[in-house]
Amino acid sequence: MKEKGNGFWSRNGTKAVLASLISILIGMMVGNIVILIVGATNPSMGIKSAWEGICLVFGGMFSTGRDAAGALTFGFNPTSVGNMLFRATPLILTGLSVSVAFKTGLFNIGAPGQYLMGTAATLYIALSIPTSSVPAGLVWILAFLGGILMGAAWGAVPGMMKAFLNINEVLACIMTNWIAANLVTWFFDGSALCNAVESGKTGYIYKTTFNGVETPKMGLDLLFPGSQVNGGILVAIVLAVLVYVLMSKTTLGYELKACGSNRHAARYAGIADRRNIVLSMAIAGGLAGAAASLYYLSGNTEFFWSTYQSLPATGFNGIPVALLAVNNPIGVIFTGCFMSILNISGLQLTNLTAYNEYITDVIIASIVYLSAFSLLIRSLLDGRAKKADKAKSGKKGGGKA
Amino acid sequence: MTFLIQQTLIYAIPLMIVALAGVFAERSGIINLALEGIMIFGAFVGVFFVNHMQPAFSAAKEAGNWMTLQWFAILAMLVAALMGAVFSLLLSFASVNLKADQTIGGTALNLMAPALVLFLIRILENQNTIQMAEGDAASWFMIKKANFGYGRTESMGFLGETFVNRVYLATYICIILFIVLSIVLYKTRFGLRLRSCGENPQAADSLGINVYKMRYAGTTISGALAGLGGFVYALTTANCTANGDVAGFGFLALAVMIFGNWKPLNIAGAALLFGLFKCVAASYSSIDINGDGVFLLAQIGISAHLYRMLPYIITLIVLAFTSKKSRAPKAEGVPYDKGLR
Repeated sequence: MKEKGNGFWSRNGTKAVLASLISILIGMMVGNIVILIVGATNPSMGIKSAWEGICLVFGGMFSTGRDAAGALTFGFNPTSVGNMLFRATPLILTGLSVSVAFKTGLFNIGAPGQYLMGTAATLYIALSIPTSSVPAGLVWILAFLGGILMGAAWGAVPGMMKAFLNINEVLACIMTNWIAANLVTWFFDGSALCNAVESGKTGYIYKTTFNGVETPKMGLDLLFPGSQVNGGILVAIVLAVLVYVLMSKTTLGYELKACGSNRHAARYAGIADRRNIVLSMAIAGGLAGAAASLYYLSGNTEFFWSTYQSLPATGFNGIPVALLAVNNPIGVIFTGCFMSILNISGLQLTNLTAYNEYITDVIIASIVYLSAFSLLIRSLLDGRAKKADKAKSGKKGGGKA
Repeated sequence: MTFLIQQTLIYAIPLMIVALAGVFAERSGIINLALEGIMIFGAFVGVFFVNHMQPAFSAAKEAGNWMTLQWFAILAMLVAALMGAVFSLLLSFASVNLKADQTIGGTALNLMAPALVLFLIRILENQNTIQMAEGDAASWFMIKKANFGYGRTESMGFLGETFVNRVYLATYICIILFIVLSIVLYKTRFGLRLRSCGENPQAADSLGINVYKMRYAGTTISGALAGLGGFVYALTTANCTANGDVAGFGFLALAVMIFGNWKPLNIAGAALLFGLFKCVAASYSSIDINGDGVFLLAQIGISAHLYRMLPYIITLIVLAFTSKKSRAPKAEGVPYDKGLR
């Protein structure tokens, strides 16, 4: 269906990847310009520090710190790679969540709320079933499924409001986000799950390892020593493939996409549009819930429960992940990893220079801004592809970009 | 009672003015999801301005020249509004000139504002908050009865105590602005043209109205008001500090706008209602409604979490019941394409 054009450059897939790469490049330029301006105008920082900042924005993944002379050193850093995979896990899943909804023509800005509800369910199950009587593996599975189900239920709420009452899903999602933030805070306020053992940890829920529940490492910790990586990344990739199969190889996926293209035409063709809208939001919610489950079941993460004034950024970052991947579930794996590479770069920036990790959020925001008019970029590419066709250049070059 | 009214107003005023910001954008046909982001940006700019200009005004502060300090506050509000308008140009450019998806464009601005603001604050202040260089908001900008020659123990009467003592001038400026702009929207040629672009831009264009210009105007006014609202929020509720967060007030304002059905009078009512909830949630344990020493709300024993949640739940319920009758501008969110006329 996709690859209609003849030449490499006129394929839809190529154009989508190219448009995303251009967005990424411009986004990074914006970040670097901000660094440059700040460095140049701030006498205590100077151009040299700005240059170091720019190096780290591009190569933070490969940074290995500073040598004795104080210069930045680069090289393969297994800890960073492992942490990158660990951080990519929830991003891939929230990205999938947003992209499934997009395919059905819905903007799931409710991922943060679904993520929070998933967090609450997962932590409650993982911490309150005693592992002395139930095997830890079973508790893990129950907690994971519980997180998915809770997220799905929470995602279905705006879905139903959209399907049956025709309420704009963006607004319903924003409202349910804040309701979720308050509900979760209320749920954990004064509960027995709050960390009372370690001093200085007020406001945090126990790690799931407190009850002996954690995601198996599956040997990844040997591959990337010193990092937080665990088997969750493999689960995320499997889920991405499953979503791909669901969306492109099954009847249900076809119906969902049909509703996304034209709800009324789909209904005319005998597709239950209302059921599909609710279903799509439920799947999206389930994926966001799974993101939270895998993140908190890792055993080395803590949840700050008094969250009624803020929403988790992971939920919102699913939006750029999905947009950059043009809603392709397989693409989401790569864009999720890219976002997490940016994350790592940000951390290195904070550790090694006077700049801080928020610059990567600036880059991400620029990328989202650019993908708002990615159609324009793609139509510009279209124009170029046509010219290239006219010039009869049959070369299938791949060296560019 | 005095406390309840003052606190409600403090929360309601930013909501009201930012909801009006939403009205201006949506009535011209642009969905402004970026209200939250613009508020964050405006709050930062205003606080940054105050922080940097304080030395110039410290002489006036020493001399107790409170009128000068009020002018200082007004100046900061102007700067915040101006920069909010500039920031919103990003949205207008994407959605008017490039015909981009307005929801995604707004989301981008919502991500951009806290990122940029926190990046700058961290570099400027070496921490995550920027505050006033010296003193606090109350001692610099609050109007007190001492300013009018009343002694510490003298009472100004109920009205005076409620509306003159311990208030910010910003509150009244926002109310006046709200009234003036509502009149502009409904009683002037400009307002009529702006609204027509949100309902039927094709028809408006055929009558010689420049739809692009009108949408730019709507979004820019919207950005200015949201930036102003952000600073007023920071000044009155957060002691003139900015930390890249306005606790979802921008989204709440969006809810107020829908609750008020895109009409200024209804919005003022909705904002007061939501402000009351916010106020109750923030300080329900110390509210003494009729002054008899009985803290009724604390005794009912309803959780503060429920009070905090109520505005959002009510919005959802109201949306559920009124979605059939709800009168959103017809052409909002649809990029205007001359070719489709």
